[in-house]
Amino acid sequence: MMELRARHAIGSAVTGEALVARDGFSARYDLDRGRGVFSRPTHKLAGQSYVGRILVLDTAKGGVASAWMLHEMASRRVVPLALVFNSVNPILVQGAAFGDITMLAGFDGDITALVPDGARLALDPSKRILVIVEK
Amino acid sequence: MRLSEEERDILAGKLGPVPRLALEHQVKVGEFFGAEDFVAVSQAHVMADGESLGEAGVRWLEGLAAAKEGRRRVRIPTITDPRGTDFARAAFLGHTPAMLGLEERVIAALVKLGVMMTDTCINYQTVQPATLNEHVAFGDTGVVIYSNSACGARSNFEGGPSALAAGLTGRTPRYGFHLEGQRRATLAVRVDFAPKSLNEWGALGGAIGRLAGNYWAVPLVEGFGATPGSDALKHFGAAMASFGSVALFHMPEVTPEARRRADVAPDPLPQVGVTRADIEALQKSYRKDDAVDVVVFSAPQLSLLELAELAAQCDGRRFAIPLLAVTSPQVKPDADRMGYTGKIEAAGGTVLSGMCFYQSYAREIAEAKGWKRLATNSAKLVNILGGYGYVPMLASMEQCVEAARTGKLG
Repeated sequence: MMELRARHAIGSAVTGEALVARDGFSARYDLDRGRGVFSRPTHKLAGQSYVGRILVLDTAKGGVASAWMLHEMASRRVVPLALVFNSVNPILVQGAAFGDITMLAGFDGDITALVPDGARLALDPSKRILVIVEK
Repeated sequence: MRLSEEERDILAGKLGPVPRLALEHQVKVGEFFGAEDFVAVSQAHVMADGESLGEAGVRWLEGLAAAKEGRRRVRIPTITDPRGTDFARAAFLGHTPAMLGLEERVIAALVKLGVMMTDTCINYQTVQPATLNEHVAFGDTGVVIYSNSACGARSNFEGGPSALAAGLTGRTPRYGFHLEGQRRATLAVRVDFAPKSLNEWGALGGAIGRLAGNYWAVPLVEGFGATPGSDALKHFGAAMASFGSVALFHMPEVTPEARRRADVAPDPLPQVGVTRADIEALQKSYRKDDAVDVVVFSAPQLSLLELAELAAQCDGRRFAIPLLAVTSPQVKPDADRMGYTGKIEAAGGTVLSGMCFYQSYAREIAEAKGWKRLATNSAKLVNILGGYGYVPMLASMEQCVEAARTGKLG
């Protein structure tokens, strides 16, 4: 087990499987929200399903629509389980707050290098902690 | 967060459920970012198209709008970003009754909340620009970066729910670009050429956005030896925000907070350079095909000056493929009156109003119309549309108009 502390956190405690890439995230730019997959051809997770996974990515990218879209995705349950970033922009925080989605951001070190793809993670926003339960 | 007596009353529900819900949302966001208190804002700009909201978001809005008259209205001037359609051209765009119905419900709810349906992402050119040090709550990343940088106003990116909350409470959490210390340059970008066209300004903004890389970066851009106009800064900023999530840049002797370099960069900064070869490479990276299915001028909506230039280039031509030019409801009547719409449409183009291409069910438009290969002079648009299944290509306005005539991008 490895425990990593975030500087910012919001949402409920969750446990799930990590989907990791050193790339950005925007619900508008990167996703086919109907099918629940990354659709931008140049995204490192292109073609992969994000549904029910804990996304571990570098940073939030442009597009104010993500604030509404996370809420809409959550309403259909075609949504990531949680979002984890090195750095975040206000839009995704606002979207996480509005859509009741767990989010952690800001770590000592590159979180996309610290968390192996496919690892089982436990996030506790109340303690601002990410635990790598199993690699 | 430190709350005023009025804010405690709002949270206690003394002003009704609508401002309470709005302030609860704002407290969550403020606490995430460590905001100490709220700051009063003078205007809000809400992005809220039907595609983004979906049924769930529309129902949420309708829930707010169902509150009693007198307890649901915005407290400050609150305006809107583009709609998800141009109702007058919905059939041409392939928009279905279900899409239009959702959009009509959004409008009805926002009107009940007292929101002004300006439907524009260029409010700084068409409604009222923010002023130096004015605290505002703007949505649309292009609006925020222009207002912060070219006007010296103070705003974070405010997504639809947060911008509406700011309209309903008249305040926003004081974090990010509302704080003086956050507005200093973090990166010096030396540019060794002067962009000549709007697509080049956009490509430069995109290249700098990629280098800057995240929301908290503030590029100081210098060296190009030109004073850009409003449309150039519009494309430059919109692309920087789109490619890099950047919300503020400075240009010494151009933007108001950087009358001198030292005003925003008192300490040495990391230096990077951007050359003409860099923006040519960015543009070339999108050139996947010679053939074009559709030409789109949008993102941001076109100003009257852009439409005038486009009309002059369309005059006397006949298009082989569709050409769409998207503008705001404030500009469209002037374009009609001055004959610009007539010239563009006489050539076979279509002038759309009050929407923006990528906010208007772009994926469904592609499927309904069979459009895939899209030429545009908007760097922001090419950055967005790949994820919607398009092959977007970036070129000058002149090249795009010629592509509309021949069906090929030269």
